[in-house]
Amino acid sequence: MNALFQRSWSPYVVGAGIGGLSWLSFATAKKPLGITTPFESTAARLGQLAPQASGVNAYLVKNDEVPRLDWEWALAAGVLLGSAISANASGDTDHGSVPRTWARTFGPSRATRFAGAFIGGAMMMFGARMAKGCTSGHGISGTLQLAASSWLFAPIMAITGGFVSRRLLGKGGK
Amino acid sequence: MIVDSPLELALGLGTGAVFGALLQKGQVGKYEVILDQLLLREGRVLRTMGTAVAVGSVGVHALARAGYTRLQVKPLRLGGVIPGAVLFGTGLALLGYCPGTTLTAIGEGRRDAMVGALGMLTGALLYVRAYPTLKPMLEAGDFGKVTFPQATKTSPWPWVAALGAAVLAGTLAFRKR
Repeated sequence: MNALFQRSWSPYVVGAGIGGLSWLSFATAKKPLGITTPFESTAARLGQLAPQASGVNAYLVKNDEVPRLDWEWALAAGVLLGSAISANASGDTDHGSVPRTWARTFGPSRATRFAGAFIGGAMMMFGARMAKGCTSGHGISGTLQLAASSWLFAPIMAITGGFVSRRLLGKGGK
Repeated sequence: MIVDSPLELALGLGTGAVFGALLQKGQVGKYEVILDQLLLREGRVLRTMGTAVAVGSVGVHALARAGYTRLQVKPLRLGGVIPGAVLFGTGLALLGYCPGTTLTAIGEGRRDAMVGALGMLTGALLYVRAYPTLKPMLEAGDFGKVTFPQATKTSPWPWVAALGAAVLAGTLAFRKR
């Protein structure tokens, strides 16, 4: 249990742990680890509250995915829970809003950071749903299954992310 | 709405909690760590992911071979995957957390990650809204749910071994940084 109170583990230990966890999820739930599918189904569910504005009915007609409260949804909730337990056990909590590297380029304004985070989150999720996966679903689960889609997604995502972050923060980030 | 059994939900929650604790202990739910990776100053994220992929591929292919599970891959659709990856990378650079690490950072208490998650939900709503219009583009260039061993009609094991060797070689080559 001592390990739970440690702040940082080796990336190799954590990586091996995540790899082992993927065996477990394939053996038990028969599913790969992924995060963004429940965001799409939650959005579809929320859309049903205002079907006119959200255009959700056209989505439901054309899509075989339906709103669900399922294993994948519980998985995403679990990530938040597990992180909170781990961070509190080791005193590694952080209630900040503006990261240092960000502030060096964009200044200490919370409003600016929140705007960037919101737009970035929206673009990222839109892209993840277009590609049907994220850093977990494609980047880990898909590449380990040797899926062609994931081996296309991961390098394009990494190169774009590297390029954009260099353009945005390259100088100020030093 | 489809609701899974309580057992299935508990299993998901438990698996997710272990995943979240691992990401938190791995320090990858932190903006600086992810930006250091994107700016190629430090390699913690890639080390973690590389190890996870190398270790995971052995067990998952063994389980599939023994009939305990089936592989579940996403279809290779060029019209969805390529622009999706570009949008994803751009958003990642702005937010500084990927979807899983956004949840990890929220667990640590980060306010900007909470705003990022609201952005993610908004992005999902916009996607649902745009889906009927985008559908023809998303499904263009469809090669199906294909893996490299399938496409080349080879055994997965040489691929798994090559993947492990590549991760090991990369780790040894960059062990200083």
